[in-house]
Amino acid sequence: MAVIIENKNLGDGMFLMKTDCTKKSTPGQFYMVRGWDRYPLLSRPISIFDWDGMTTSFLYRVVGEGTEILSKMTKGMEVTLHGPYGNGFPDILEDTVTLIGGGIGTAPLYHTAKELRKRDPKKNIKLYLGFENKSDAAKAFEELDAQVIVRCGGYITDHVDYENAGTILTCGPEIMMKTAYERSKPYESKVYVSMEKRMACGVGACLGCTCKTEGGNKRTCKEGPVFEGGEVFFE
Amino acid sequence: MSRLVTKLVGYEMKNPVIAASGTYGYGEDYKGYYEPDVLGGISSKGLTLNPKQGNEGIRLWETPSGLLNSIGLENPGVKAFAQGSISKMKKINSMLIVNLGGDNLEEYLEGASILNDWDIDLIELNISCPNVKAGGMAFGMQCESAGLITREIKKISRHPVMVKLSPNAPSISDIAISCEENGADAVSLVNTFQGMAIDIRNKRAVFNNVYAGLSGPAIKPIALRMVHQTAKAVSIPVVGLGGISTWQDAVEFIMAGATAIQIGTGNFPNPNLGKEIAEGLEKYCEDNGFKNISEIRGII
Repeated sequence: MAVIIENKNLGDGMFLMKTDCTKKSTPGQFYMVRGWDRYPLLSRPISIFDWDGMTTSFLYRVVGEGTEILSKMTKGMEVTLHGPYGNGFPDILEDTVTLIGGGIGTAPLYHTAKELRKRDPKKNIKLYLGFENKSDAAKAFEELDAQVIVRCGGYITDHVDYENAGTILTCGPEIMMKTAYERSKPYESKVYVSMEKRMACGVGACLGCTCKTEGGNKRTCKEGPVFEGGEVFFE
Repeated sequence: MSRLVTKLVGYEMKNPVIAASGTYGYGEDYKGYYEPDVLGGISSKGLTLNPKQGNEGIRLWETPSGLLNSIGLENPGVKAFAQGSISKMKKINSMLIVNLGGDNLEEYLEGASILNDWDIDLIELNISCPNVKAGGMAFGMQCESAGLITREIKKISRHPVMVKLSPNAPSISDIAISCEENGADAVSLVNTFQGMAIDIRNKRAVFNNVYAGLSGPAIKPIALRMVHQTAKAVSIPVVGLGGISTWQDAVEFIMAGATAIQIGTGNFPNPNLGKEIAEGLEKYCEDNGFKNISEIRGII
C-alpha cells in the first residue's frame, strides 16, 4: 500500500500521481497499480515517472475504467503497488544520449534522464517529447538538467538530430519507436525501445504480454519492457 | 496445518490449494511474494509435444469481473520443459502436476510417453483449451472422444491422470462420467468458457481467433454449479476451479464436492492469493472445529 501525496490533472487526459512509496526502482521499470479493491479485476501496468528515494510518481493517461478511477483519487487515499517489475533501461556509457518519447510514452523518460545525469554530470542528454495536444505534461520535465525539445502535433521523430544522437532510448507508440530505429540506422546508433502490451500478472506467468523478438518470444513484463531496437523490429 | 492435509490420487498434499495451469508458470514467478511450497500443488503451464509460439494479436481482454484470454498454449514443448523445468519444480515441496495438451491423439500419447521417463506426481490431461484451432477442446466436447483419449493415455502412462474438462461441453458431468469409466483417476473443472469481444471502433473481433476463453469471478457461480453436479455424478475426486479469488470461494467449492481447488486468474490481481487461501482455510477449520477440511466436502 502506498499513500497518494498528490494527483495532479495535467490536461488532455493526463495525470501525475505522486505516492509515498520509497521502494527503489530502476528507470524504465513499472508497477502493477490498483486503486480499488476487487473490481475492475486486473491491476494496471504503469511505468515509473520518478523515484527519488522518498516518493514514487506515475504519469498516466486516462484510457479506461482503471485509469479513470485512479484519476479521481485524491491526496491521502491508498493505492496498491505491486512491483517494481521489468528490466528497465540500461545505464548508458556513451557521452551523448537521446531520449524520444511520444504521448504517455514520455513517462519513463523523466526518471531515466535524471538518473543518467546523476551518474554523469558531463553527459550530453537530449529529450525529444511529442504530444498530440497542448497540456501541462511537458512542464513536468522542466526541472531536468538536460536539453528538452517539446513538440505538439506532427511527428516528434521528424525533429531528432539522428546524426549526433548517440545512444537512443525511446518509449511511445510502436510506429514512432520503429521510425526512430529506422532513421538512426545509417548512424549505427544503439537504440533501446520500451514496449507496451496488455498485461494480467506482471510477473511473467500468464504469457499475455509476449513480444515477438528475433530471438523468439519474450515476456514484455519480465525480459522487457526494454529491448534493443533490432531485437523487436527485425521483420 | 494438518487440518488441510488432502489426499489426491494417492498423493498427500499439505493443503487442497493448487495453482492452476497457465497462471503460475512453472512455479518460479511469484517467488517474490511467497514460497511456492506453501501450495498443495502446482499445475504447469499447458504443454504440447512440439513447442508452440502461441497466438498472434491481442491475447488479453478484461471484461466485467472477468478476463478473456487467447494465449494459444505458448510453450517450449514437453521435452524442453522436462529437461529445463521438472528438476526445478521437483525441488518445490508441492504436488507436481504436468498439464498436457495436444492437437491429435498421437501427440497426446507421445507427450505422455515422454513424461513416463520423468518423476512427476500427476498428469492433468487438457482436453479443454478453447484457444488452439485443432485444439484440445475438440476432445472435451463429446463423451466418446473424451473417453477414448482418457483410455488411450491411461494405457500407456505410468502416472495418474486427471482430466481437465471444458464447461463448453453440452453436459460436463456426462463427460466426467465417461472419463471415469475409461480409467481417469480424477477430473478438474472448469477450464475457461468460450466467449468473445468486438472492437466496435475498428469493427472487428478483438481476438485473431475471434473466440477466447473467459475466466475470473464472472464465471464462479456457473463453475460452482458444474462442480456440484459433477461431484454428484462421479466417485473419482473432483478438483474445482473457476473464478476463485478468496478463501471463502474455496470453501464453497469444497462444500460443493471438490476434493481440492485451483486458483488461476485470481493470482493476477492478488499475487499473494495462494498463501491467503491456504491460511484462510486453516483458520476456517480451526474456528469451526473441523479436524480436517474433508469434513465439509460435498455437504451441499
